[in-house]
Amino acid sequence: MIDWTSWLEYGFMRNALLAVLIITPLFGLLGTMIVNKRMAYLSDALGHSALTGIAVGVVFGIQDTTISMVVFAVIFALLLNKISSSNAASTDTIISVFSSCSVAVGLAILSAGGNFSKYSAILVGDILSITRTEIIYLIIIFAVTILFWLFGFNFLNAVCIHRTVAKSKQIPVKLMDNLFAVLVALIVMLSIKWVGILIINALLILPAASARNISNNMREYHLFSLIFSVFSGVLGLIVSYYTNVATGPMIVILASVIYFATYLYGKKIR
Amino acid sequence: MRKIIEACGFHCIKINNLGVSFGEQVVLKDVNLHIHCGSLNAIIGKNGAGKSTLVRAILKDVPSEGTIEYRDTKNGKMKELKIGYVPQNINIEKNTPVSVYDLIASYEYHYPVFLPKNKKIYEEIKKNLEVFEAAKLIDKQVCNLSGGQLQRVLLSMAIMDRPKLLLLDEPVSGIDKTGMDLFYKTMDYLKSHYDLAIILISHDLDYVKKYADHVVLLDQTVLKQGTVKEVFESPEFAKVFSADYEEKWIKEDRKND
Repeated sequence: MIDWTSWLEYGFMRNALLAVLIITPLFGLLGTMIVNKRMAYLSDALGHSALTGIAVGVVFGIQDTTISMVVFAVIFALLLNKISSSNAASTDTIISVFSSCSVAVGLAILSAGGNFSKYSAILVGDILSITRTEIIYLIIIFAVTILFWLFGFNFLNAVCIHRTVAKSKQIPVKLMDNLFAVLVALIVMLSIKWVGILIINALLILPAASARNISNNMREYHLFSLIFSVFSGVLGLIVSYYTNVATGPMIVILASVIYFATYLYGKKIR
Repeated sequence: MRKIIEACGFHCIKINNLGVSFGEQVVLKDVNLHIHCGSLNAIIGKNGAGKSTLVRAILKDVPSEGTIEYRDTKNGKMKELKIGYVPQNINIEKNTPVSVYDLIASYEYHYPVFLPKNKKIYEEIKKNLEVFEAAKLIDKQVCNLSGGQLQRVLLSMAIMDRPKLLLLDEPVSGIDKTGMDLFYKTMDYLKSHYDLAIILISHDLDYVKKYADHVVLLDQTVLKQGTVKEVFESPEFAKVFSADYEEKWIKEDRKND
């Protein structure tokens, strides 16, 4: 017989569960706005910039590459934001160029000397290796996000729906855009080691996209997005333990199943 | 008998030497307007005459030269001008989980829209929607509203914080004849029941003729302004709107709407 609580006997699994319980609600929340603002492209580019951030850290000999990653990502986010708000026609192309360029530079630097394998873990991520101190960082960013959401979400939503109307109501349009981009950059960078570059965007987008399939208003949208995100996170962690599959991909597989289910259900009820 | 709260008539908005250029291209120059509260000011002109740019310049959405003053004519004091703006369209695609309550509460209140509905805010929004016979739309998804319904919702949002100037950017698209009549009657109601002035970009000269107090014929600058009669009988008006092609365009424009 399988013992369904055996996984909790390991310290690293308990840490991982704690991390999942912090990261997934965050992603569920942020995703609602990323999907509504059609920023999926931008958050993907941000995820990829993690490589460049690490490379910059290596070049400057910074011990803790998390710092260089965060700094680089914040600058990158503000830059991308500026590009997409300037009414140039092909912003997706320009963002793509910047993104590819930064990834290439990152890969080139990290692979110099032939020891890229040292960094390849970041591509898939490993939530089982998270430590207590790193969990504390996550708790801090979690608290910051909740506060920002409570005080800033209405503004974000207003800006997303119509910038000029928001301006006419004295809402700081540009500031909100930039704060949001910085917040996304911070969260992506602080969780990328555990989630992995290849799938982080899926975790940001899928729960909110699933919730959108079946929600009529902002309350349902947030509630479903949170539930889907936490559910696929926790279940993915447990399933990955018993099947011996990497945790991140397992979470994404479950989140995708939820997406298709809500898509079909949403079609039926609408 | 209907109680009429008349506009005070003591406020005016002055737009002086307004100009907008995008790089080398001059879109507007030397626009001077004098707008009184309680009046409906229609801006007419051909496509590309700079009508929408004028609205955006007044909203400070595009950089412009010149000044906009808001004055109390009784004591000559300057005040800050509150503007209500009704856009042509909003950025809501199909299936977006935003209800009318979410839409209005996001712009007007700090209480987060993702938390359970706030009863007091809900009632306030509902009361405001009632003015435009839209109270029953409050729980509808914004993306499912018809053009006319969305417009009434946006109008009620625009006047919620009691603006002194209401700007409407070609609001008549997507509305049928009955809707148009209702819209212009609402404009009439607004200007006589609220202390505000209205600037309206219009394509429909018949309605302008019937409802506008002041008409501005625009083509890069103000070609002619005045009462309906003054503008419609002017040679400038004839020059802009005489060509057959123009008439056809206006008619087609209405048909498409």
